[in-house]
Amino acid sequence: MTSPANPHAPDGTPYMSPAQAPRLELIDIVSTYVERGRRLTALAGLSLQVGKAEFVALVGPSGSGKSTLLDIVSGLLIEDSGTVFIDGELTAAAQRLGKSAYMQQRDLLLPWRTTVSNAALGLEASGVPRAEAEQRASAQLQRFGLNGFGGAYPAQLSGGMRQRAAFLRTILPRKDLVLLDEPFGALDALTRADLQMWLAGLWEQERPSVLLVTHDVEEAIFLADRVIVLTPRPGRVAFELTVSLLRPRMRDMIASPAFIQDRATLLHALGLVGHSST
Amino acid sequence: MMLARIDRQLGWATPLALVAVIVIVWEIAVRATNTPAWLLPAPSGVVRSLVEDKDILLPNALVTFSEVLLGFVSAVVVGVSLGITIYRSATLERLLYPIIIASQTVPIPALAPLLLVWFGYGLLPKVLVTALVGFFPIVVNTVEGLRSTDPDVINLLRSFGASRGKVFRLAEFPSSLPSVFAGARIAVAICVIGAVFGELVGAKAGLGYLITRAIAQFETPRLVAAIVLLSAMGTGLFALIGLIERIVLPWRKYTRASRS
Repeated sequence: MTSPANPHAPDGTPYMSPAQAPRLELIDIVSTYVERGRRLTALAGLSLQVGKAEFVALVGPSGSGKSTLLDIVSGLLIEDSGTVFIDGELTAAAQRLGKSAYMQQRDLLLPWRTTVSNAALGLEASGVPRAEAEQRASAQLQRFGLNGFGGAYPAQLSGGMRQRAAFLRTILPRKDLVLLDEPFGALDALTRADLQMWLAGLWEQERPSVLLVTHDVEEAIFLADRVIVLTPRPGRVAFELTVSLLRPRMRDMIASPAFIQDRATLLHALGLVGHSST
Repeated sequence: MMLARIDRQLGWATPLALVAVIVIVWEIAVRATNTPAWLLPAPSGVVRSLVEDKDILLPNALVTFSEVLLGFVSAVVVGVSLGITIYRSATLERLLYPIIIASQTVPIPALAPLLLVWFGYGLLPKVLVTALVGFFPIVVNTVEGLRSTDPDVINLLRSFGASRGKVFRLAEFPSSLPSVFAGARIAVAICVIGAVFGELVGAKAGLGYLITRAIAQFETPRLVAAIVLLSAMGTGLFALIGLIERIVLPWRKYTRASRS
């Protein structure tokens, strides 16, 4: 596998400047892992881009390597081959650590920290002194629907509040790239719908580049600018859809003809790759 | 269950009531059978000894208490440091763990006289024996506690760019604390036995020293009085660690509540 020396557009021509480069560009990513003595391929030559201030959703059957992909982008996992550009810069896995804000499926709130210091954890981990980090977290409690719960421990919070605290921890360091791995997976349907609406509003204000992994086609359409469908393992891009909904997103859009059309297209694409999605 | 309901209503009174029942049965049994005090003293005789011999008992109890405390604190410092070292370095784990386990197979009655020869009749050999028996549960529990850290939390912090030291400070060390406290509670009870063991071999003061003399002189009530003081010391220190744990880890009461 040869690595291109310079950032380049998909058609091979180099970018004029880093400003034109997408936030994230993955080219031919291959990732394998060993399970019960057999080497399995999670990702087989996956390529995709996420633009600046673009919200991209990844859907695909279980085991299509979606979480593996986020692990690679965050720098936690080293790709077997392929190249990762961030802001037009070729990066090794170790260099990517700290470049994105990664929110995993579980909220991972530390039981010994209050809401405020849990929310401050991302900042603290990236080098901000604790007192300052907590002050900045406190200032955002209202916006994250956590007013009055700053001093509460995670065990005292509801599922939705825990998830919003985890979101605050993710957003607070103001990384240009946010990676979300099924952030609403553990929530009940009502809380989930509430939080989707809330996240859409939050995104309008902050506009980071987002790569969202989800099982939920409607969630993908409602939140994203573009939806990428992966094949079952080994994962590869099977289909791409530019969402036809306008921004800002409103709850009643899920009944609009554009939404229904997009959903039908995506479900058809998922059906073609051979699995149904929830 | 009825016992559980009574327990909830009485709280602290239940264990005290049980102790009271045991004491009363003991007293009646001794009196009814006319057992001589040197064979088995009645609780009233033990209490009399506690009151009458307090000028002998209390200064000696203080000596033992300081041995236990110094030995226990050393055990915590050494135990936690060794636990962290073992957790962070696989090489040092392979080097240290066999020695640490071997140290627990050394029979204390064999070691204590040696320490006596080396360090004399003073405080030091007793503190060493106490620390030696106390540090093991703390090492083991520290390592287990550190290993219980959620790997996803470690990954979360790494993804934010945290250094290894920062991951340790923010996630691994705090994760280990409940387990470290559990180890400390086991250790403190063993430390009381360790200190007495150190004294039995050769001492000029302490409750262990008092026990050896009481046995030789058939002063069984005083012997039992010394044991009562040792139990009180162990129970008190155990409770004290529980109190410190509640202050240091205030969040524990919520996770416990949500689990039940």
